Amino acid sequence: MSTLKNNAPENFTKTRRNPVHRLDLDVLRRLQVDATGVYDRVSKITKTRNPKKERQETWLLHAVSMIDLTTLEGIDTPHRVRRLCQKALRPLVDCPEIQVAAVCVYGNFVSEAKRALEGSSVKVAAVSTAFPHGQVPLPLKIQETKALVASGADEIDMVVNRGAFLRGDYSRVYDEIAMIREACGEAHLKVILETGELGEIQNVWTASEIAMQAGADFIKTSTGKIGVSATLPVSLVMLNAIEDFYLRTGYRIGHKPAGGIRQAKESLHWLSLVKETVGDDWLTPDLFRFGASSLLDDIARQIHHLRTGQYESYDYIPKG
Amino acid sequence: MIKQTKAPPTQKKRNNFSWAEYGQAPESISHVKIKPRYELFIGGKWVSPDAGKYFDSIHPANGRVLAKVAEAGEKDVDMAVLAAKEAFKTWSQIPGSERARLLYAIARVILERSRELAVIETLDNGKPIRETRDIDIPLAARHFFYYAGWADKLDEAFPGMETSPVGVVAQIIPWNFPLLMAAWKIAPALAAGNTVVLKPAETTSLSVLHLAEIIQEVGVPDGVVNIVTGFGKTGAALVSHAGVNKIAFTGSTEVGKLIRKMTAGSGKKLSLELGGKSPTIVFEDAPLYEAVEGIVDGIFFNQGQVCCAGSRLLLQETIAPKFIRLLKERMRKIRVGDPLDKNIDMGAINSKNQLETIERYVRLGEKEGAVKYQAPFACPKDGFFFLPTLFTEVETSHTIAREEIFGPVLAAMTFRTKEEAIDLANNTFYGLAASVWTKDVAKMIEVARAVKAGTIWGNGANKFDAAAEFGGFKESGFGREGGPQGLWEYVHAEDKGTVPISNSSLLELGTVTNSIWKTPKMLIGGKQVRSESGRYYKVLSHDGKLMADMPLGSRKDIRDAVEAALKAQPAWAKSTAYLRAQILYRTAEILQSRFSELVQMLAAQTGCDLSAAQREVELSLNRILYYAGWTDKYTGNVNPVTQTDFNITYPEPMGVVGLISPETPSLLALVSKIFPAIASGNAVIAVPSEKYPLAAQVLIEVLDASDMPAGAVNIVTGKAGELSPILAEHRAVSGLDFSGDRELAKKIEELSISNMKRIWVHNPADWESSQAQGRSWMRRYLEFKTVWMTALS
Repeated sequence: MSTLKNNAPENFTKTRRNPVHRLDLDVLRRLQVDATGVYDRVSKITKTRNPKKERQETWLLHAVSMIDLTTLEGIDTPHRVRRLCQKALRPLVDCPEIQVAAVCVYGNFVSEAKRALEGSSVKVAAVSTAFPHGQVPLPLKIQETKALVASGADEIDMVVNRGAFLRGDYSRVYDEIAMIREACGEAHLKVILETGELGEIQNVWTASEIAMQAGADFIKTSTGKIGVSATLPVSLVMLNAIEDFYLRTGYRIGHKPAGGIRQAKESLHWLSLVKETVGDDWLTPDLFRFGASSLLDDIARQIHHLRTGQYESYDYIPKG
Repeated sequence: MIKQTKAPPTQKKRNNFSWAEYGQAPESISHVKIKPRYELFIGGKWVSPDAGKYFDSIHPANGRVLAKVAEAGEKDVDMAVLAAKEAFKTWSQIPGSERARLLYAIARVILERSRELAVIETLDNGKPIRETRDIDIPLAARHFFYYAGWADKLDEAFPGMETSPVGVVAQIIPWNFPLLMAAWKIAPALAAGNTVVLKPAETTSLSVLHLAEIIQEVGVPDGVVNIVTGFGKTGAALVSHAGVNKIAFTGSTEVGKLIRKMTAGSGKKLSLELGGKSPTIVFEDAPLYEAVEGIVDGIFFNQGQVCCAGSRLLLQETIAPKFIRLLKERMRKIRVGDPLDKNIDMGAINSKNQLETIERYVRLGEKEGAVKYQAPFACPKDGFFFLPTLFTEVETSHTIAREEIFGPVLAAMTFRTKEEAIDLANNTFYGLAASVWTKDVAKMIEVARAVKAGTIWGNGANKFDAAAEFGGFKESGFGREGGPQGLWEYVHAEDKGTVPISNSSLLELGTVTNSIWKTPKMLIGGKQVRSESGRYYKVLSHDGKLMADMPLGSRKDIRDAVEAALKAQPAWAKSTAYLRAQILYRTAEILQSRFSELVQMLAAQTGCDLSAAQREVELSLNRILYYAGWTDKYTGNVNPVTQTDFNITYPEPMGVVGLISPETPSLLALVSKIFPAIASGNAVIAVPSEKYPLAAQVLIEVLDASDMPAGAVNIVTGKAGELSPILAEHRAVSGLDFSGDRELAKKIEELSISNMKRIWVHNPADWESSQAQGRSWMRRYLEFKTVWMTALS
């Protein structure tokens, strides 16, 4: 049976935190992406990088440790968040040693989640900046972020100002991120690009680069609240952007695909994508996360199948 | 030159994670049945070879024998050709719709058995299962689907032309894509109503023999497809067999030249898809990560054993260090190993022989001073494996930058300007493909047009589809595979319709009397000149009177004419079609003003009556107008390929073309050759009728008086027997159009292998008819280029 060896803490201390850099528009102009090439590359990876059997089980266990177990619903309740936290601490009934990376909740539930996870290493991430639309004045976004950090959030998931980005006001986008970063203090900042609203794939790289220059710790694909969420091609571009940024600056930025990832097989594709681009160094919860809710249960079913040869039903898996 | 960049301080340290390994993902082979012994497939029967000889086919990844395969000798080849000939009688006559149904059935069954075929191909060839599964087999089926669709509409493939099948086609295919190459060859041949004798390469016979089973099972009549397995000797017997009407060959340029030589003078139709040394040009505004991936697809796909492999990397110097670093990083992630493992990118080299060739080139590369990089992992020891290899600090003079290696070996060089990139790209005797990387669309199109290669991939590499033509310029061979042009190779096509003659009776013929003595000249580089040698010959009238002393062209005149043509051609081709049309119209106009003189001269020279002479001049004028009108009309297609790319195939001028005219009709034949060639942007060196050169003399004066740019048309008078071999051997001449005697034709076909120039030998019975005027004459002097451009953002 495979077990999970967690190298994360050691890796974490090696990683210096990305600071806020000066906005460099020249770099943005040099970055070129070709969508067809991106799709072809993804197709190649998904067809030729598939761990099987024991390898697959190991990969899936690691995938679980990289999940930001998420609930972002209008009907969320404190009880529901507590339930989710319990699941975060014991995501797989048969593997008590495994925990997810974080729970991700609305700001109202940060304290509740914090209490439920006390004493564990599972982080609490809160969405901020008027998630998912971000259509409020900047001072409110800053205020919201500070409040969430004060109530104990370890990580802040902010949204990019798409209006400013699409009208070409890159310095506005940059300024907002940099200010939220400042408001975060010690809390880590994930910047949601909402790639489904950015149009051409070239924009994904541009937005990634701005976010990284503005001090993002993670760049995240989506809110999960619009039709198109995380896709492998978009992640590939963001991972290439991360590598390019790393090669230029020496800072490792994390990546979080979020929304729409429901199948165990998809999580394997994403891990392969990370391995084939930025490489094994990124295969740690410190640098890679899945923003997902139902993914976990499909992984549980898949692991059951790998271990027993039987197909599993959701009825046997505790609800989160 | 690319300097080795030292790893920067931020270079990723290899960590010691062990969990994220892929492990093995072996393809199941239990469903595959390989027979212990394979016979020849002749006339619908599996027959033992006459001499009873068999050879081993092995799995290159471990050297184990897979099966014994029959070796066909001359007798077997003879039987196969006879079977094909017999089958042709009915196969060529049945309705195209029936052929379509059978081709469709073949395509279907290939897909149904694709897993089995993929495994057989991987076992026999050594290439990774992921390629046979995702590329070789589906693309083979795709070709049968595509040409099934042409079988019932052959008349519509080439508007204005009448087509008929060629007959028995000999097809010889290489070992790098055995089943796929068989499909590329068999599908269009059968669609057009031909029958086939196909010889696979000796190291990879199995998948083709399984294809033969499928062909038989779906009900293709006996003898329509015959498979003769064996070595070069078998191929030679097939090529030289008198019953063969056409040869289609894919393989090395060396063997292609042998075939050209062997078939010289035989009249066999020929299409050759030969080697390459294709460049990949990466500009500083390229999508770099995709370009790196393009390199991987370009040179490491199929272990680099691809005729159009992107074996030369041309990098803009501003991005070279960064690019090389990314490429090396990427090379470390290529997985080399058991080709049956689904997670493997590169399998085994096809044979020990080929592995040794690759190793020899790599040693030579190091010896000549280039710097080698291979990812730091071990190659499997059993079987014929070779690691992906990058050479930097390569110079154009290095062997690895010039010769086709046919292995996973990339030679990288840098350039500074776009012009230098184009120069370097074209600095090769091959012209199969090129890959261009830039996000600047205008630059992309400009470079795509300037690089002399049959296929250009814009922001991509090694993409293929049945709807897109594929084939070479220069020594990469001639003929196209895929698309309608691929079908063209398997038909006889004749221009339809009659050539109208306008009524010239209105023109009054004056008489020329007591004219001043004329000194004929040749036309070279826009100047009327004597022969460099100072030699001349006498031109007599039909009744024996001296009409003129004609310059007797020599080697040096041909040399000068070719130089002039080379200089003039690029600008002539780049000028607008509209401008070329105007110049052609104007030429006709001026020629018309010499109407009476020409008529009388032709009559005096040949002794024909005035009305016949008048008819010839009239037709010649019409012919010039006809081609002037074509300049802005003959064009290409947008191909509906399966990829998302925007894909076009369009004709480009060939370059410098030689034209050898017959003795008669001295004016009409000369005009028939020159004007379609220049209408499409070529520059020409024409050798007019030796015996009746005076009409050419008038044309020289007319061209000199027209706005024709200097060097676009050169006319060298003299003996065809002396001048045509010089043109045939000249390496800067791309094509040669010959009308004349058979012995000389054979000789120039043999000599043409100096640069694999395109040769057309033809002697129309009627120069007045559509045999000598039509769309096919425009096509003759053009080379089809297929351009792929990614079209998504």
